[in-house]
Amino acid sequence: MDNLLDRALGLDGRGDRWPLLGKVVLVEDCVETGGAFVVHHIIKRFLSPQPAAASNHSLILVAFSQPLSHYDRVLRKLGCNLVAQRDHDRFLFFDMLNLRFPDRDDVKTGSSVLVSLFEKIYNAVRALSAEKNCITIVIDDIALMEVVANGSSDSVLDFLHYCRTLTSEFDCSVVALNHGDIYSTTEKPMLMLNLEYLSNILVRAEPLATGSAVDVHGQLMVFNKGEHDGQGTPGSKVHNFHFRVKENSVDFFYPGGRG
Amino acid sequence: MATPKTRASSFSRNVPSTAAPQMPGVKSGPNGTLFLSSGISDLDKILGGGFPLGSLVVVMEDPEAPHHMLLLRNFMSQGLVLNQPLLYASPAKDPRGFLGTLPSPVSSKDDKPLDRDSEQEKGLRIAWQYKKYFGENQPNSNGQRDNKFEFCNEFDLRKPLQRQFLSGQRVECMSTQDSPDLAALHDRCATFLKQFFRTDGNISGAGRIAIQSFCAPQCTYFDKEWHVLSFIRSLRSMIRSSNAVVILSFPPSLLSPSFSKRLQHMADTLLSVRAIPDEDKDLAKLLTGYQDMIGLLSVHKVARINTQVPIILEAATFSIKLQKRKFLVLECLNQAPVDGSSGTSYATSGSCSVSSKGGSLDF
Repeated sequence: MDNLLDRALGLDGRGDRWPLLGKVVLVEDCVETGGAFVVHHIIKRFLSPQPAAASNHSLILVAFSQPLSHYDRVLRKLGCNLVAQRDHDRFLFFDMLNLRFPDRDDVKTGSSVLVSLFEKIYNAVRALSAEKNCITIVIDDIALMEVVANGSSDSVLDFLHYCRTLTSEFDCSVVALNHGDIYSTTEKPMLMLNLEYLSNILVRAEPLATGSAVDVHGQLMVFNKGEHDGQGTPGSKVHNFHFRVKENSVDFFYPGGRG
Repeated sequence: MATPKTRASSFSRNVPSTAAPQMPGVKSGPNGTLFLSSGISDLDKILGGGFPLGSLVVVMEDPEAPHHMLLLRNFMSQGLVLNQPLLYASPAKDPRGFLGTLPSPVSSKDDKPLDRDSEQEKGLRIAWQYKKYFGENQPNSNGQRDNKFEFCNEFDLRKPLQRQFLSGQRVECMSTQDSPDLAALHDRCATFLKQFFRTDGNISGAGRIAIQSFCAPQCTYFDKEWHVLSFIRSLRSMIRSSNAVVILSFPPSLLSPSFSKRLQHMADTLLSVRAIPDEDKDLAKLLTGYQDMIGLLSVHKVARINTQVPIILEAATFSIKLQKRKFLVLECLNQAPVDGSSGTSYATSGSCSVSSKGGSLDF
């Protein structure tokens, strides 16, 4: 069952191969309109793929924002049982919530946390790919990762660059959530510019220009850099549509096409 | 260790592992959440039940008015009246002094603001016969009223809270003015929250933390932005695994915009209070009941724990009024009847929906 978001991300194909292999997806949101539902949707599509033969999908969730109980309940309502997947080693949860509060403003401690985190991810990916698994790494979210790194955006960027090397070395995907409105007042938001450059697909959740509404929760802009059109010529495409988030699913529709 | 599961599908029946809490002061909500009352019944209704346990409530202050104190006071009083331990931190030298300004709950003998429902019904009988179609709260019967007070009280802002509620064990106070950094406050919060650590069993008690004017300029840590954010991140993580609610107020106008945005993103429930200018003729023409308003409250974000569905409010800005000069109420903003003869009012009246790029007033 395809929808506008699946089509924009390239998930509407009939092939067995996960279309986002080797790609970096960046989801940006703001205070008025949260974008976590996009990440939930990708997790759900990845762990419950249509062809049952693709049972070698493994997901690593690096969570700075919410505990496992939150994701478990949300994904359960979407039709995906994270706890069961974890028992079958298809889902790894890296709980980054309970990191120690640093005693001093120590940039070194912050970056060492990211270094050890990357080591952990690398080892997990290497172990999983040895069994020919298709892997996705989800990071929720980058703004909190910056806080853990004590503001060192260089450390965060290094970390993400290293994650990107995993996409080519092990053919895995990386999906990251960030809050775009944090950087809107900075003159040269290096981290955000680098992230947008680094990513293959950019998904931006924004409020409607006319304000909030009960039936339409916001609008999504999807910029897929590697999307090919019908003739096979390489190019990129921008998709715009509205959405409404529900417990069990999300409705996507073109403006005015509510229903 | 993976135990073999015999489930055939990925769906499992949602059997709640905890029994519905019988303890006063805590109410069950959707998605397995439990609520604490904010101390303002109108605000509880607006937020869909109250403040969820395990959430961080952030109030953005207006430097021109101390209305955030109203929210903090009712929150603190509500907790003390229901025997919920409280940790209060402020930049004042002696935070305990603030406890003397906490309001007292009304007893059932006094007149209650629920009388206003019946007053309105008498005057607008024709209009209110359609009330039944809205499915809103019907006027409460006496029995329901008593049950409501187990969760949320009405507070008389003119009467101070009785001494018995302020006894030593239940209230801890801390001053943030002289600490060189936030380590001391962090440790204090950690110790406090240990008593409310969430387990799968029945909830034994709930706690409240109120932090006032966080990042006020007189605090030494004021300019250490990343240290402050680190503290909030850690506090947020601790509260997630606790049966407690933290309310924190801060002045966004005194901080850098990106720092303020980061704080706003970390909040689960985000509110802001604004002063209403006195004697503003334009506003007086635009809104009914302008003279009775003492300020405006806006709801920017409502906590979404265990769910991805956002709560979209019909109106996001409310007027703060003092009913009978003692009860705090929140009301929707109502536009005054348009003067048809002038013809210019359509151009000046605000839009009906909440606009993200809104002007000074968002209806």
